[in-house]
Amino acid sequence: MDATPEKTYKVPTMAELAANGEEPDVLFWVGCAGSFDDRYKKVTIAFVKILNHVGIKFAVLGTEEACTGDPARRAGNEFLFQMQAMGNIQVLNGYNVKKIVTACPHCFNTLKNEYPELGGNYEVIHHSQFLQGLINEGKVTLKGGGTFKGRKITFHDSCYLGRANKIYEAPREVLQTLDAELVEMKRCKTKGLCCGAGGAQYFKEPEPGRKDINVERTEEALATGADTIAVACPFCMTMMSDGIKNKEREDSVKVYDLAELLAQAQSL
Amino acid sequence: MTIIQQILFIIALATVSWLIAKRVKLIQRTIRLGKPENRTDHPQERLSIMLRVAFGQKKMMTNWTVGIMHFIIYVGFLIINIEVLEIILDGIFGTHRLFAPYLGAVYPFLINVFEVLAVGVLTVCVVFLCRRYLTRVGRFQPERHREMGRWPRLDATLILTLEILLMIAFLTWNASDSVLRERGVEHYAQASTGDFFVSQFLKPLFTNWDTTALIVYERFAWWFHILGILAFGLYVTYSKHLHIVLAFPNTYFSDLKPKGEMNNMPDITKEVQLALGVAQADPNEAPAEIGRFGAKDVFDLSWKSLMDAYSCTECGRCTAACPANITGKKLSPRKIMMDTRDRLEDIGRNMQAHNGTFEDDNKTLLNDYILVEEINACTTCQACVQECPVNINPLEIILQLRRYKVMEEAQAPAAWNAMFSNVENNMAPWKFSPGDRFNWADQVNQ
Repeated sequence: MDATPEKTYKVPTMAELAANGEEPDVLFWVGCAGSFDDRYKKVTIAFVKILNHVGIKFAVLGTEEACTGDPARRAGNEFLFQMQAMGNIQVLNGYNVKKIVTACPHCFNTLKNEYPELGGNYEVIHHSQFLQGLINEGKVTLKGGGTFKGRKITFHDSCYLGRANKIYEAPREVLQTLDAELVEMKRCKTKGLCCGAGGAQYFKEPEPGRKDINVERTEEALATGADTIAVACPFCMTMMSDGIKNKEREDSVKVYDLAELLAQAQSL
Repeated sequence: MTIIQQILFIIALATVSWLIAKRVKLIQRTIRLGKPENRTDHPQERLSIMLRVAFGQKKMMTNWTVGIMHFIIYVGFLIINIEVLEIILDGIFGTHRLFAPYLGAVYPFLINVFEVLAVGVLTVCVVFLCRRYLTRVGRFQPERHREMGRWPRLDATLILTLEILLMIAFLTWNASDSVLRERGVEHYAQASTGDFFVSQFLKPLFTNWDTTALIVYERFAWWFHILGILAFGLYVTYSKHLHIVLAFPNTYFSDLKPKGEMNNMPDITKEVQLALGVAQADPNEAPAEIGRFGAKDVFDLSWKSLMDAYSCTECGRCTAACPANITGKKLSPRKIMMDTRDRLEDIGRNMQAHNGTFEDDNKTLLNDYILVEEINACTTCQACVQECPVNINPLEIILQLRRYKVMEEAQAPAAWNAMFSNVENNMAPWKFSPGDRFNWADQVNQ
């Protein structure tokens, strides 16, 4: 099934579904970056298009969603984290949510590993796993390799996807379907170097040092010769994009999220 | 003559055993200063982690050249110690190669294995010294890592040198013993073991010596070897080399949670539930004494973090993988562990000086040992946790110190305070109106 340009994509909310007495198969947790960051909104939209395209019954919380509390917790503010978490759990449990997919590894880690102890028990998957599932089930197929055939792509592991939750293969399998040449950076998978954003670093200036972490990582990505840096995290996206600008390579090297690459390859 | 040696040996053995026992007790006491945390669940999984990571050296093998070299020292250490048992019994009873008559042909075979391992250990120790001082592996160099000062470097050098000397003593002892046996010297001739695999080649060193000089050397080598091992046993309790013992319990008590999961704070859960009206306060319950939030000193950390500190061998794999350290920030996960141990050692000395109770020294782990600038540089990327060959978790300490700084002292960087207030008021770390959160959907069909 090829998508037609005239197709209208829908973004149902939990409130709308609940009003009709319905429940979605999966809740798409958009996250703060996916909702507010201009660059990452494009990823949210790409993912929504894929969800529409494969005909999955999904919904979002819309304005009822709030920060998971991850940056507050990592910065040391446990009170604020738990306030946020319990507020979200009340909403999620109120809608009887069973399964959540999110494009943010930080939201993913917090919802999956840290909400259960506070009373929020859901099946939580990251969008890389979700996309891998769609590919494996044959719901997303690429004819003729799409626009990426033969191009070099490198994947930057997000710490909260990789080391934190041991998800290394799902994003790579998604990239394999693009028929591009996947080149690995020297430090990848368990040894992947952080983009510099985690642990709430994104929300403050770095401590004094020789270099910014994202520049170090970008140099490593550029050394692979790839023209596309694939990411699976909104904060990695910003850090790597800033790194590319710092290196004045924004004309020749692009940073994309997995969902965008897949949507582009499908011309969604 | 032998009886005097026997008495001296028993005195030396008893003294060192007593000193080691004292050290072990002190280390145990300081570890118990930490907060309780249950790390005894899932015993089978824990045992399997210990067997793979400590016994099987799994994480050392990610860099297989160094992994194999370390494995040789490790196996050498484990297996050569079988010989130490015989040496100790010989020392006590004044016998010579006590096990030889009982083991028959197995005995020379065992000694041959020990000798080959001894050569392996000796070679690797020389290579390891070269890595520190000639090829200058980055993570050991004080110019790049301020925690690698005088004592940590001396500690490593002493251990490697002592191991080399012990192996030389062991091999030349066997060689001089073989020559004495050949000459039919009483006491030595009673064990008819023949020559050994490696030391036979060292015999020419001794064949020209007269018998008295040979006996003197044989006794010197024997005493040097066993006193060296006893001294090593005591020294290890003061050294980074404690990992040879603690690697085993430390991996057994590993964190079984996913690396990304932070420990919950149940005290706060209770408070938040009351604040949100999710739970009612129990009127019969006495108001709970809420302890300190996070950690300012070692007393506030889990006992496991304290065991981690004693288990650290300062290899620096954590620091070499730390993005903050790589880019020149002050943070070094290895330093976090070394500082925690230094603090524990200071507290231990303080307790010894005050009849076993700690007298406040106006110092704390945070500020006097670890700086706020260090903990604020952490990206919580877990590379340090991933890399540690004995499953030490420096991140846990960093996060507990951050909790103290933010919740007890309310001293976060200004930008974090702004982020906190945005999360609290706008439900997002940025100052956007929560009402605009769903606006992105308008662009889906554009």
